[in-house]
Amino acid sequence: MKEKIIIASGQGFWGDLIDAPYHQVTKGPIDYLVMDYLAEVTMSILQKQKNKNPELGYAKDIPFLMKRILPIIKEKNIKVITNGGGVNPEACAREVMKAANELGIKDLKIGLVTGDNILAKINEYEAADIQLKDMETGQPLSEVKDKLLSANVYLGAFPIAEALSKGADIVITGRTTDTGLTLAPMIHEFGWKKTDFDLLSAGTVAGHILECGAQSSGGNFLGNWKDIDDFAEIGFPIAEAYPNGEFIITKHPNTGGMVSFDTVAEQLLYEIGDPKNYITPDCVADFTSIKLEDLGNDRVRVFGIKGMPDTPFYKVSCAYAGGYSAVGSLTYSWPDAVEKAELAGNILKKRMELLGLKFDEINAELVGYNACHKNLAKKPEPDDVNEVTLRIAVRSNDYKSVERFGQEIAPLILTGPPSVTGFAGGRPKPMEVAAYFPMLIDKNLIKPEVNIIEL
Amino acid sequence: MKIPLIDIAHGRSGDKGDAANIGLIAYSDASYRLIEKYVTAEKVKQHFEGICLGEVERYELPNLRALNFMLHNTLGGGGTVSLKLDAQGKTLAAALLRMEIEVEERYSKSST
Repeated sequence: MKEKIIIASGQGFWGDLIDAPYHQVTKGPIDYLVMDYLAEVTMSILQKQKNKNPELGYAKDIPFLMKRILPIIKEKNIKVITNGGGVNPEACAREVMKAANELGIKDLKIGLVTGDNILAKINEYEAADIQLKDMETGQPLSEVKDKLLSANVYLGAFPIAEALSKGADIVITGRTTDTGLTLAPMIHEFGWKKTDFDLLSAGTVAGHILECGAQSSGGNFLGNWKDIDDFAEIGFPIAEAYPNGEFIITKHPNTGGMVSFDTVAEQLLYEIGDPKNYITPDCVADFTSIKLEDLGNDRVRVFGIKGMPDTPFYKVSCAYAGGYSAVGSLTYSWPDAVEKAELAGNILKKRMELLGLKFDEINAELVGYNACHKNLAKKPEPDDVNEVTLRIAVRSNDYKSVERFGQEIAPLILTGPPSVTGFAGGRPKPMEVAAYFPMLIDKNLIKPEVNIIEL
Repeated sequence: MKIPLIDIAHGRSGDKGDAANIGLIAYSDASYRLIEKYVTAEKVKQHFEGICLGEVERYELPNLRALNFMLHNTLGGGGTVSLKLDAQGKTLAAALLRMEIEVEERYSKSST
């Protein structure tokens, strides 16, 4: 058994720094590279792509990245784990194999973890009288079933660990928990069992610290961010993990950013509800048990973590077609910037009313004035406002209304208040709204699948 | 004396569906004793009047010198449904730091 393993986060979300994974594998020694591509509604975007073309439905960045780093990870024996397989991990794996072939790599095993996609099974569950509903609102799934775009179970870390134990160099999954990507290598290397709830919770906490990339190593840091002198080359976080559940959060030397008690604490507080009950498919972690010790030099020791058994349910992330939305904006300068922007918003609303356009919601905001903090914002004197951007957004089930809204923005430049600018990029197009519908499903109904394909 | 939270704490906010969570982290143990005593769920709900349309829950993490607040019905529906500029509530932690607390205790920045 290894004495310690080094797990590096290569990405916090699909759209993060493209070079981050490359820097993680080149700027220092690591054993595992983990990358998260799936936000809440990403699956519905990928599902749409697959519906149009059966060879799509995964994060296309992955084959590009692999072309770049395959020789490096093969040479250094770095394993890669990612959930970017989306709704088509098989197609993703094929592209990665193609890249490997082109690079002359002789020996590669890719592990696929699937069984998360239950879109095709919804009718079956209904027929078996299984009650499926929104876990927050209680709304029955049957009410949105015919608009359903995607339904994916958050699988845990054990199927990924199984793929690793079967020799996978790269593991590509569908929907798994972000934390599971980091926990899995620990299960595999340290032999943690399904009932080692304290250890599984420790790995889960490590995963939570890593899952948003540089957000724990100085990015989006509201503490002493002014003390960070190099954001440009920010180092993404790394967990040095030990078999007893302790780990050290750090980053490669000679990278920018900062790892401190405060940067790690902020990430621990990010997107959590009840800290005593951080629920995952593998365990329920107690974030109030976490101890942090700042060792200096961008090293923070994390230890003392306790947890409880997992629940009988998996969480399911579903999305359904929720209409269309669009956003337009125009910028007004001094003098009377706020008054002009507000007037422009009212003119636009009046015109849309006269046209008989139908919206579920219209939202006008003044960016640069009070859009972020609303009534908490300190209002400057009107004469002190140099410029303000009117940002106006609409949502409707009627495509044509949203489309027409997009066509009503530009005319305001010549038919509305003066000293207006900031219009570029054509008419805002209607975007499809994928409404989020989280559910719980009995674990006994779901069967994760692990397959290995090799060159 | 009146103490602006931004002088004694930092934090981070995120989204959980239509709810925003705001983590408030004190810079020192002394500051944590102050926020623990004075930054109640009620005060936070009052502070975010007009922004938070649902209930506010408060949780304590003394191990991290932190409080976690869940602000329900705050993000205009959340996700891609929301029409807000800050649909994910990323600027709400900063909005909380605007809050001032009125404290009875003697407090100075050098307290630990």
